Amino acid sequence: MSAISLTVNGRSYTVDVDPATPLLYVLSDELQLRGPKFGCGLAQCGACTVIVRGQAIRSCVTPVRTVAGADITTVEGLGTIDHPHPLQRAFIEEQAAQCGFCLNGVILNAKAFLDRNPKATDEQIERAMAGVLCRCFANVRMLRAIKRYAREMGA
Amino acid sequence: MKSRSATDTGEPALTTDAREALEGAGISRRDFLKGSGALIVTFSVAPRVAGAPAQPSPLVLGAARDRVDSWIAVTEDGRVTAYTGKSELGQGLFTAQMQLIAEELVVPISRVTLVQCDTAITPDQGTTSGSQSHPENFNHSNLAQAAATAREALFRLASARLGLPVDQLTARDGTISATTDPARRVGYGELVGGRKFDIPLDERATRRPRSAWTVLGTSVPRAEIPAMVTGQFEFVHTVRVPGMLHGQVIRPPEVGAKLTGVDEGSVRGMAGLVKVVVKKDFVGVVAEKPWQAIQVARRLKTTWTSGVGLPDQAGIAEYLRKQESRDSLVVDSKDVDATITGAAAEVKATYFYPYQVHGSMGTSCAVADVQRDRATIWSATQATHPLRHTVAAVLGLPPENVRVIFRLGSGCYGVNGADTVSYDAALLSQAVGKPVRVQLLRKDEMAWENFGIAYVVDQRVGLDAEGNILAWDYEAWTPTLGGRPGYRTPGNVITGSLVGFEPEEFTPLTPAPEPTGRLRNRSNAAPPYVAGCVGGQCGGTGIVKSERVLTHTVRSPFWTGSLRSPARLQNTFAHECFMDELAARAKADPVAYRLRHLSDPRLREALAAVAKAANWDSRPSPRTDGRRTGIAAGRGVACVLYEGENGYSAMVAEVEVDQDTGATTVKRMVVSIDCGPISNPNGLKNQVEGGALQGASRALLEEMTWDDTKVTSIDWRTLKTWSLASAVPAIESVLIDRPDAEANGAGETSITVAAAAIANAIFDATGVRLRQAPFTPERVKAALAARPVT
Repeated sequence: MSAISLTVNGRSYTVDVDPATPLLYVLSDELQLRGPKFGCGLAQCGACTVIVRGQAIRSCVTPVRTVAGADITTVEGLGTIDHPHPLQRAFIEEQAAQCGFCLNGVILNAKAFLDRNPKATDEQIERAMAGVLCRCFANVRMLRAIKRYAREMGA
Repeated sequence: MKSRSATDTGEPALTTDAREALEGAGISRRDFLKGSGALIVTFSVAPRVAGAPAQPSPLVLGAARDRVDSWIAVTEDGRVTAYTGKSELGQGLFTAQMQLIAEELVVPISRVTLVQCDTAITPDQGTTSGSQSHPENFNHSNLAQAAATAREALFRLASARLGLPVDQLTARDGTISATTDPARRVGYGELVGGRKFDIPLDERATRRPRSAWTVLGTSVPRAEIPAMVTGQFEFVHTVRVPGMLHGQVIRPPEVGAKLTGVDEGSVRGMAGLVKVVVKKDFVGVVAEKPWQAIQVARRLKTTWTSGVGLPDQAGIAEYLRKQESRDSLVVDSKDVDATITGAAAEVKATYFYPYQVHGSMGTSCAVADVQRDRATIWSATQATHPLRHTVAAVLGLPPENVRVIFRLGSGCYGVNGADTVSYDAALLSQAVGKPVRVQLLRKDEMAWENFGIAYVVDQRVGLDAEGNILAWDYEAWTPTLGGRPGYRTPGNVITGSLVGFEPEEFTPLTPAPEPTGRLRNRSNAAPPYVAGCVGGQCGGTGIVKSERVLTHTVRSPFWTGSLRSPARLQNTFAHECFMDELAARAKADPVAYRLRHLSDPRLREALAAVAKAANWDSRPSPRTDGRRTGIAAGRGVACVLYEGENGYSAMVAEVEVDQDTGATTVKRMVVSIDCGPISNPNGLKNQVEGGALQGASRALLEEMTWDDTKVTSIDWRTLKTWSLASAVPAIESVLIDRPDAEANGAGETSITVAAAAIANAIFDATGVRLRQAPFTPERVKAALAARPVT
């Protein structure tokens, strides 16, 4: 065990954990965040996604020591129920969810990609969502929400 | 920190929902515990043990389904709280039920609180499954009828209070007033607030007519989505109980292997280890933190006998045919053999649908707090009340000392691991005397779930000289082992079996008993085109009166369970592809040929509506351009009346097949759906879209696999599925509203027709008939290569 300092959604935390612990468990268990989720533990589905240094990473396979000191953004860090981020608002407006378990990964992968590629075409957006699953298959609505946000951002 | 658990206040526990419902209703916990107010339940409070979280002791006082107070409470400020035994699963039911209550009681939806699936609070409605929630709660019983009864009771009370007959009163926004003098008014809170209705459900109470609806029937946005997109929503995966530990399980390495030893020394001294738990063949570990539990589970040395061995996957269809079977006969007109012998032509084909995987996005999770003589389980089960009984059996407790509280899990699509992981958490919590959370690892979820069933279907018809069907003979083989645990059978899922419970007994039965009573469609075993005549009454949707439908259920080597549209999808694949073959043989347009054999007006309309919306290219299949390389395009159709009585759907799929690679791309899906009066149009569309895509992914990619000892499709590399980057089709929904019909199921109809519509489109494009799913590029390419040279 060792003390590791993290900055999550702008707040600083120090946790005392095995430094090999994947970031996901620190976020969901130590910090009790509800956004990042365990889907597969194998970086295959996207449910655990967080944004670190502008990149969407799979927190289920990222040892916490490798992100010590870095700014970590989870889906909670984008907006709130009363003041959702425009990307979150697009998902609400499109009713782009069924069970909602995948939303964390879908939203954060889209966010990280569009932050870096604000003028992405629809096709590029779709390609960027490789490796992100939704087993309820709300794909059509989710892609519509992401493209809607991309358009709003570009306008 | 952000704990919203039931026990974090140090007071007698209530669920978050229940507490919010109470507080929202203006009733204090103190009043609640005294059993006063509008409440229908109370708890006896167990003596506190110092330092231990309080335990709720559920004691249901009248959640009887025939009492209005079990379903509806009105509080002094006129708010309405409703209690339902049907849960949200991602299908939008929570919001639709809110709409129903708002509509029937004529209150704004913002003044409705809904409490779902908690064995201490809500009525026992069994399992949320089988597309039964819309019919059960939106027609003339249960929640809808309770709400209608409550509204009429409020009108009677208002009539007495205002001195006017009921027919001169109008309800609006929780107030009843004189129709001609709105100033004469009284609020619901004044009429009944804080008291019970104390009346039974009145079967004569009248539902508000469809024409009057202002909330139900509209696209009210889902209540959960704002919290979901902002990471605030409490899934079962994010339930946190103070003092909670973390568990993992160690499943057998092979199917049927028995535990011979556990070397606890192999993990001694590991960080966070609390306990290694062994009970018969069940092995689990408890640790302080989730990652520690995973490490310990990986390191723990266990030894097992060899497994029972598995049949060769390539020969599974033949294997199923050879097993002892339990036979059921849906219809038998006794003249099928004679009719086919005398027909102008006999046509036969065999279809195979594979075992498939629920593959929930999040692995299954539960939190259990088991103390000496009582237990609380937070579970994503589809069956809170039944689960209470089977958890009690697993723990050796009386059912009344077990409380199961529903929390939404990852979409389950049937029997994923929600029940089994509830047993895992309960067993581990019981062993350590502290709350334990278990979330399964991906391999443990996917290797041991109750798989969607394989199907082998032999179809045979006799045709007249014009190609019309004279007789239809269906014979199928399908495997079973376990399933939903129900109220009595924890051995129907892996964990219950590991601790010694038997799965539901399998008793061979041959020959099948003669069908009696009315037609039971038995999961769409009956083709849509037969008349379905039993005892002189014809309950089918078609016109073919020479008919035999016989199913052989056999013992499965794997666990099986209800995967979305269980058996209905597999049967519909076989029926609707075979029908397409017959249409092609008759050189008839596939839509017109179906209509020639259908009698049910709503199924005919669903089919006609989808053909119209898709701008259906009316002609026989296949297309005849004869190109054997490059991209070939085609369209296919399929239709179903789900379960023969519970919702209509038809689909047109348009595909492109790359004849060089065998890859199929679905370009467009047009889906009609008729589920009676539509409760929430956009919610219904969401179900139609998700079902169509899930059906397409299952049809094109998904197949559970195994080797000679174990399941090998255990993650997202070994089980293929569409990602968000996959080229998914455009989907158009055609919603057919039936204001005067009964509410039918809606969640499983579009998926039911997808595989057949796609296979038929591939045939149209290429002339190749795929009788085995999934239609992988390898399989399509092999079929293309086998095309006769013309």
